[in-house]
Amino acid sequence: MRFRTCTSPHIVPGHSVGRLMRQVLYALVPGTLAMTWFFGWGVLVNVVLSVLFAVMFEALMVALRRRPVMATLGDSSAVLAGWLFALAVPPLTPVWVLLIGTAFAIVVAKHLYGGLGYNPFNPAMVGYVVVLVSFPRELSLWPSPEGIMEASLTFWQTLQTTLTGRLPDGMDWDAITRASPLDMMRDSLVAGQTVTEVTRSPIFGSFSQTEWEWAGNLFLLGGIWLLYRHVITWHIPVSMLLSLAIIAGVFWVFDPDQFASPAFHVFSGAAIIGAFFIATDPVSAATTPRGRILFGVGIGILTYVIRTWGGYPDGVAFAVLLMNMVAPTLDHYTRPRIFGHSRDGHG
Amino acid sequence: MITSSYGDIIREGLWTNNPGLVQLLGLCPLLAISGTVVNALGLGLATIATLVISNTLVSLLREHVRPEIRIPVYVLIIASAVTAIELVMNAWFHGLFLVLGIFIPLIVTNCAIIGRAEAFASRNSVPRAALDGLAMGVGFTGVLVAIGALREIVGQGSLLDNAHLLFGEWGRGLRIEIFPQEHGFLLALLPPGAFLAMGLLIAVKNLIDARLEARPIPTATPEPKPAQP
Repeated sequence: MRFRTCTSPHIVPGHSVGRLMRQVLYALVPGTLAMTWFFGWGVLVNVVLSVLFAVMFEALMVALRRRPVMATLGDSSAVLAGWLFALAVPPLTPVWVLLIGTAFAIVVAKHLYGGLGYNPFNPAMVGYVVVLVSFPRELSLWPSPEGIMEASLTFWQTLQTTLTGRLPDGMDWDAITRASPLDMMRDSLVAGQTVTEVTRSPIFGSFSQTEWEWAGNLFLLGGIWLLYRHVITWHIPVSMLLSLAIIAGVFWVFDPDQFASPAFHVFSGAAIIGAFFIATDPVSAATTPRGRILFGVGIGILTYVIRTWGGYPDGVAFAVLLMNMVAPTLDHYTRPRIFGHSRDGHG
Repeated sequence: MITSSYGDIIREGLWTNNPGLVQLLGLCPLLAISGTVVNALGLGLATIATLVISNTLVSLLREHVRPEIRIPVYVLIIASAVTAIELVMNAWFHGLFLVLGIFIPLIVTNCAIIGRAEAFASRNSVPRAALDGLAMGVGFTGVLVAIGALREIVGQGSLLDNAHLLFGEWGRGLRIEIFPQEHGFLLALLPPGAFLAMGLLIAVKNLIDARLEARPIPTATPEPKPAQP
């Protein structure tokens, strides 16, 4: 909504929800392309299908709620939710998993709570967590970059795999999938190996698996561009990554054989994309400056706790949802002082 | 208090004042035990029996109980009824008794039961109180079984699994398989599934109520189409 003011020279800001969301989408492009480069066409197929489903569900729900369909679709929020969901699930995920995940993201997490602006939880992460909890087998099949390169699936073969849930003849899942760095670190530590033994294996780069690092770097680039464009503020990403690095650092200094280094934690899994793109969702995150810092710190610590002692290899999605729950409370207790008022809010 | 007609008592318990969908009482067993139809039905039947017994006894004793100590007396009555039912289930439905576990003794703390004792049975005659217990119990069981069916179908692709626990050996044949269990939607069997199913049922009930209200008073001519809300 734009309020037109007449007379006086006013600068009309170009901000609107749609513009904001589209800038976030542009910032996702480099990281998505990097993931497509490393993990094959599956990433792109996921993105296209999930965005398609998300927009479809959005149109359906908006029509059911008797709101203007085209105007609501124009804000691109469903596109963003579908895209983020697609990046969270493994490439080559069967199509019905994408359908169920986006349905929960848009129908349950967004529209049942009242649509954009009223959803207490990040829709994309709700969709991801629902399918992660419900279909553990499908969601654990992460293709490894080497496996993808050897298999060299064409675009059509990838699409076929996604649609039917079966690999083309002569290939099998064991050959192309492999534990992600977080999975491998977790399982090896449980099996009694030390961190140095794990990171010495050839798939590890300087911090984590080389390909994951590069995807992370490009998402970081997109995130910095968002900061530069003032689409997001520095509070959440910086406090989240810093708290994750600090808590990882404390345990790492204490026992470097049992706990992975802070750099490993920051550069693997969903930490970077989570910090810049998921935790900063303007609807479900905290909104006051101090509240945002606490929100980010909470996500950082919970991510570390879930990764290290929890039941799942990566904890960013769960951490974001848990902190979404306390965001209103954080906002309530961190309201900035109104100019001209004393600290207790009077006078 | 205005004495309500028997028809009203039945309608209240089954629909307009349903303990599960409207009063939202007794949610703990409602959400915890509704994983399958058979579990839901077993707990529902136990709840019906408790409600009828406790409502009858509370109504019988309503003249003799001083208001200051009425709550402890109600709790004692309910606890005795539940203990008897627990022993009966242990004797005749031992398999189901093991599955339901702690949730049978927990019927004592089901707020729907003490709620009916306090709100209805302590102010009404014995036949009315007993009927109210039955209607409320059946309403509660209906919701329990509906949620159970929804979660069982979506979560493990079957209906009436383990029916032999309730109906004896011939019950094994009642199991209906809709799709293989490994394709089930695991979330439906987990606690969030219970909350989602419950929310959807309440939404459906509100939708039906809204449509009934929007419909004009029925006249002699049948309506061609139901009115839009």
